[in-house]
Amino acid sequence: MTVLKSQSRSSQILRAVLRDRLGMVGLVIVTLVVACALFAPWIVPHDPNAMNIQDRLQGPSLQYLLGTDQLGRDIFSRMLMGAQIALKVALPAVFGAMVIGMLLGMIAGFGPEWLDSLLMLVFDTIRSFPTVMFALAVVALVGPSLNTVILVVMLTSIPTYARVARTQTMSLRSADFVMAARAAGTSSPRILAIHLAPNTVGVLAVLMAMDIPTVVALEAGLSFLGLGVKPPTPSWGALLKDGYALIRQTPWLIVAGGLPIIVTTLGFTFFGEALRDAVDPKVKKGR
Amino acid sequence: MLDVTRSSPPIASIRGLQVAFCTEDGPVLGVKDVSFDIHPGETLCVVGESGSGKSVSSMSLMRLIDYSGGIIQKGELLFDTGAAAPVDLAQADQALMRQIRGNAISMIFQEPMTALNPVFTIGHQLTIGLKLHKGLNSQDARARALELLQQVRIPEPDRRMTQYPHEMSGGMRQRVVIAMALACEPKLLIADEPTTALDVTVQAEILSLINQLKAETGTAVLFITHDMGVVAQIADRVVVMYRGDKIEEGPVEAIFDAPQQAYTRALLAAVPRLGEMQGTTLPEPMKLVGEAQSTSAPITGTDDVLLKVENLKVRFAVKGGLLRRHVANVHAVEDVSFTINKGQTLSLVGESGCGKSTAGRAIMRLLHPQSGQVILDGQDMMALSKRQLRAARRDVQMIFQDPFASLNPQIQLAEQVAEPLRNFGNRRDPAIMDRVATLFDRVGLPRAFMRRYPHELSGGQRQGVAIARALAPAPKLIVADEAVSALDVSVQAQVLNLMMELQADLGVSFLFISHDMAVVERVSHQVGVMYLGRIVELGPRAAVFENPHHPYTRALMQAVPIADPRKRHLIDSLAFRPIPSPIKPVGHTAEPSQYQQVGPDHWLLTNNHYDAADASQTN
Repeated sequence: MTVLKSQSRSSQILRAVLRDRLGMVGLVIVTLVVACALFAPWIVPHDPNAMNIQDRLQGPSLQYLLGTDQLGRDIFSRMLMGAQIALKVALPAVFGAMVIGMLLGMIAGFGPEWLDSLLMLVFDTIRSFPTVMFALAVVALVGPSLNTVILVVMLTSIPTYARVARTQTMSLRSADFVMAARAAGTSSPRILAIHLAPNTVGVLAVLMAMDIPTVVALEAGLSFLGLGVKPPTPSWGALLKDGYALIRQTPWLIVAGGLPIIVTTLGFTFFGEALRDAVDPKVKKGR
Repeated sequence: MLDVTRSSPPIASIRGLQVAFCTEDGPVLGVKDVSFDIHPGETLCVVGESGSGKSVSSMSLMRLIDYSGGIIQKGELLFDTGAAAPVDLAQADQALMRQIRGNAISMIFQEPMTALNPVFTIGHQLTIGLKLHKGLNSQDARARALELLQQVRIPEPDRRMTQYPHEMSGGMRQRVVIAMALACEPKLLIADEPTTALDVTVQAEILSLINQLKAETGTAVLFITHDMGVVAQIADRVVVMYRGDKIEEGPVEAIFDAPQQAYTRALLAAVPRLGEMQGTTLPEPMKLVGEAQSTSAPITGTDDVLLKVENLKVRFAVKGGLLRRHVANVHAVEDVSFTINKGQTLSLVGESGCGKSTAGRAIMRLLHPQSGQVILDGQDMMALSKRQLRAARRDVQMIFQDPFASLNPQIQLAEQVAEPLRNFGNRRDPAIMDRVATLFDRVGLPRAFMRRYPHELSGGQRQGVAIARALAPAPKLIVADEAVSALDVSVQAQVLNLMMELQADLGVSFLFISHDMAVVERVSHQVGVMYLGRIVELGPRAAVFENPHHPYTRALMQAVPIADPRKRHLIDSLAFRPIPSPIKPVGHTAEPSQYQQVGPDHWLLTNNHYDAADASQTN
């Protein structure tokens, strides 16, 4: 036995992620973005919504690191605050979708066949809507707001999580250790809770990490179209929208809106991929 | 036996081989310093347990090790290509290796299911190598392929050429794999556990086939196995490996008669041999080298009936067609009856697909029998409601074949052993952990293991945990489904002894399900031989093994490779015997099993479907 010290699975996974070079980079970016979002109100150099008409459309300077927009607001501060908005949408939406998706998926995979068919029908119906179109329709119906975006994203990503959870549950349902639990008199809800759920949550966590960039981009897209968060709330999408209109006056709005989206996407993707390799040792290549 | 002329130069010689694998915890040596020769026309068996490095040596010779993360650090792999001087394959580039692989050296793998490509026909896969290495045109390649199929005794070779691998049985597929390996008339044939995934009767056929082909073609065979019985049946010379080192090398008789090393002796002592229980009626623990034998007394058990199974039938629906209609039934278990006494073991033995595991699971109601009665200690298991069934399950526990799959990788071992206790008692009872600790003591595992996770234990230790879990609710019956077949032979012996010791101490009964006749002989009071869903012979172990009446029982016993090189019984008739299908159309009514008494408690199925004529052609 080479492993002498007992260690739990989660600490092993963390170690494996840290060993992966890209995973490490991803983790650093993710930490930075989350820290920005958490501490934005305290670390911003200026009030992101304070207008200063004399200083409008300035280039980068020591006072304004990325210059100012058409209303004289500090672009750098608005970019930092944008991280908060992005994660305020992405995290609850993705987390909510995962929890609900996992629950429904496990029920579909474990329950009677008719329930499985019914749930799958519902999931497939939802999945057949294009997300952006669906979002546009809902926003047109109830008006743009942060909560609407969260709701739409959550609703459209539930089926993805549910499908993965269902497949995992079905493949584990007849595994020997589930059989053994049944033979030991364990009830079905308990088998779901203590045997199937811990073996499913890892796969979904990976999916979640990979899904966050999509949601960030979707929120930016809706805000770009003016259907996301309402002005003057700083959002990366709104920065892009202003930058698009003022492209001849200042390029810095585009940079401040676009760059964080790219960096966040890469960061979460790297982290997600490292997590996937760590959770599923089978994909590990002979390095 | 083939006379090996030692004076002839070796076809391949491995000199001081050292192979390392890169892992996340740094390099690990797979093989430390191994040297041996293979001479033309001889069968060299490399034998060892898992992790001994036996496959690593052969993979190095093919340089396939490069593709599985291994690095040859030291040593020479000299191979005689027919040129003036032998080539060192350790230094050869991949272009040269491609010429040698499949041409001068070819390989047979363990799993015939995965060694063939499922999307191409047998004919395509056979001819492609011939076109590539021998430059044959399509017609000549086809003619040679047909010849090869005949050589490996596959019936109707013309029709087989157009078939896909999934249309063939495991034994047939392994024959095709051998035909492919022989296609280019290799000088050296490497067979890596070629019969481990096969049933004993099929194994006997394949071993005989390899032996005959060796005699016909004069190719040298490097045969890798963990099974001492197979070694005794096929080897000319033997190399014993242990943890990356060669422990011992010598002619097969010398290894079996006078092993020089302690490890070889221990390995041989751990092999259960068919027939070594002759003259006894009760099972008793094995005598292992280096272990103080305190409880070597026979296990008597009692004559009180614990489990009574009557007319058990299990069928699985086969659905087919566009509408997935119920088109046929698999008659997995057909009219099976037996009884198990308290404190005794009944074994169900048979080959894959005979219904033995299904019968075990049906008794536990892990799946639903079509009909039949199962009475455990006076309680009718079939009449129980869902709630009652859960309560009744504390009386019947199960041990599974694969200790890797039967433990949840995410849960601490103590919690897994505690699971049945929590289900059947007060969930928060603090006494549970004390009971778990005594269970760990009971199965001989240190208490420090309680806080570990399954992946931190070896296979044998894991099976110990699985046994502790089965013992936790103090069951009356334990169903052991191939409980030792995934374990190394020395570990298998320890686990078997543990089970017998527990039976002697606690009076628990076992339903022991196995394909291994020698293991069954060791542990059983009663034996039921199963074939195509029915018990064809049922009786006390001594009667069934010493006086087998049913032709299938006899065929099964003859097929077991005996760990004694002087008792070789390779089959002459290599004709392929198809196994009848247990799938019957809907509405098929199976006739009830009829038994004839041939001795005290010894029953023989009279309405059998086994064709005795072609099974008895052994020498």
